[in-house]
Amino acid sequence: MARFLFRRILTGILEPVTAQYWHFLTNLVQGNLGKSFFLQEPVTTVIKQDLPPTISVVIGGMALWLIAGLSVGILSATRARSFFDRFATVGVLAGISAPTFVVGELLIIFVFVQLNDHGISFIQTGYTAITADPVGWLGAMILPWITLAIVQAAVYTRLSRGSLLDTMGEDYIRTARSKGISERRVLFRHAVRSALTPVVSQLGIDIGALLGGVLVVEVVFGLQGLGQETITSISQGDQPVVIGFVILASLFVVVANIIVDMSYAALDPRVRIT
Amino acid sequence: MSITEVQFQATAVQDAPAQAIEGRSQWQLTWRRLRNDNVAVISVVVIGLVILFALAAPLIAHATGHGVDVAFPNTGEDASGQPVGPGTHGFLLGTDEIGRDLLVRIAYGARISLFVGILTTAIATVAGVSIGLIAGYFGGLVDTFLARVIDAALAFPFIVLALALAAVFHPSLAIVIGVITFFSWAGISRIVRGQTLSLKEKEYIEAARSIGAGPWRIMFIDILPNLLGPVLVLATLYIPTAVTFEATLSFLGIGIPEPAPSWGNILGEAQSFYQTSWWYVVFPAAALLITTLAFNLLGDGIRDAMDPRTERIFAGSKASRRKRGKRRGQAGQDADLGMGLVVPAGGEG
Repeated sequence: MARFLFRRILTGILEPVTAQYWHFLTNLVQGNLGKSFFLQEPVTTVIKQDLPPTISVVIGGMALWLIAGLSVGILSATRARSFFDRFATVGVLAGISAPTFVVGELLIIFVFVQLNDHGISFIQTGYTAITADPVGWLGAMILPWITLAIVQAAVYTRLSRGSLLDTMGEDYIRTARSKGISERRVLFRHAVRSALTPVVSQLGIDIGALLGGVLVVEVVFGLQGLGQETITSISQGDQPVVIGFVILASLFVVVANIIVDMSYAALDPRVRIT
Repeated sequence: MSITEVQFQATAVQDAPAQAIEGRSQWQLTWRRLRNDNVAVISVVVIGLVILFALAAPLIAHATGHGVDVAFPNTGEDASGQPVGPGTHGFLLGTDEIGRDLLVRIAYGARISLFVGILTTAIATVAGVSIGLIAGYFGGLVDTFLARVIDAALAFPFIVLALALAAVFHPSLAIVIGVITFFSWAGISRIVRGQTLSLKEKEYIEAARSIGAGPWRIMFIDILPNLLGPVLVLATLYIPTAVTFEATLSFLGIGIPEPAPSWGNILGEAQSFYQTSWWYVVFPAAALLITTLAFNLLGDGIRDAMDPRTERIFAGSKASRRKRGKRRGQAGQDADLGMGLVVPAGGEG
């Protein structure tokens, strides 16, 4: 067996680069990303292990930051230059200024440590699989979600506020108002829908990029996800894993962008082709 | 309006006390607005204090008698070898895990953060402006090529490249500066290119060309001054982004290597001590937050001050009672500086 492997490796190295690349591509199409140098496991297995924490963080965090970002953005835009708007502007800047790991560490100190010191052990760090313990999973995910939401919501607030303010000045909004539709209906049925277009494109970029590994959040909260594995494998020189992860990350970006492009038409009638 | 009313108004204007009408340049106007913006003024003061804090680092080390890399195992650690809290044994902000003075380390960390932030922004601005001008002005093949390079630079995954570089070479200040610069110039280039594309069609550029000005003179003497506003705003906003990037890289252990202190690597070390030593995390985090927030607020203030459409957000409530519909009508009358700026985002999750 050892001799067989040795010959495989030797012939692999001695083959021309083009032939090696061809092998890589044919394997890739069949869903075979090769074997990790260090873990003695196929890269696909490594991905399967590391995907759940990353997906949990990103999907939950996204829900939270969209709710926060959009509602604050819409409120700011409809009450432009009010006290709430000014307050939100400063809050947004604070969110944009704050590095992810600082937010995470402060949350750990002021929420995690405090609660656990007082005997409330619901919130934990590290990852608990949702299939094993849904409550533990929620407790482990809350702080990562909040961290991601604080950092990301700021961008979405700013984006949705600006976009909605522009949309509210459009002629079709005036037309809608003149038809006698209620202001609420004008806002949600006509304005917000098309104002969401830039928000959705930003969301596509973020989701694609974050699914490739919410690196900093994973490091701060000790989640063994794609991001941490990327750091480990790059520093170990574990090339099959790095290549596999980069391909996966690119796949996420491409898919997220396709979904974004399709959702434009659903949101804004002016973009529909037919 | 009747004729007599018009005549009355005309005489009224003539009778008005002769007031010296002063022409103010765009920069003078900006400066006046900025000075009236309390938030911007406070930001400037805070930034000044941080710079002073960084410059005074050796003085602080001298005054406390604690060198930046000197550990004090006897006074700086408690019986079980843990960091001591603020105010113990003359350690104003406490110590780290091997008994070094946190205050001195944060002060020296400020030097690295500001140095990296300002240097990378300066290089990125010069490079970004030059490349953007060349791409926008020459157009054609040059533009196609440079625009693709800009897109490529914008599409690069920031942390992955830094990780790969840190794995191949050892992490160092030079790599940090290189990586951050590489990821900053493209955003500036794209905006400068866009502005140049529209500015080069203006009549005054045609006039300059007709009197025989060469392309370099037109780019740097005729076009560049008109771009300085947006570029200044962008540069101010890139400094906090660069400070954050440096801190993130150092936090992950691929930035400034120990024992040199950086806010990022102090926080990275502090990660294992949050259970016992809150000061170890809170003080460097506060330094980082205050600095980035001050630069961001200043950048926003400069942008508002340059944009004639901006209503003074923090200057009184008269504007806030104005009806929503009026906003657009007013905006149309003022000159548009083309300040639709893209704010650099705060880094990767």
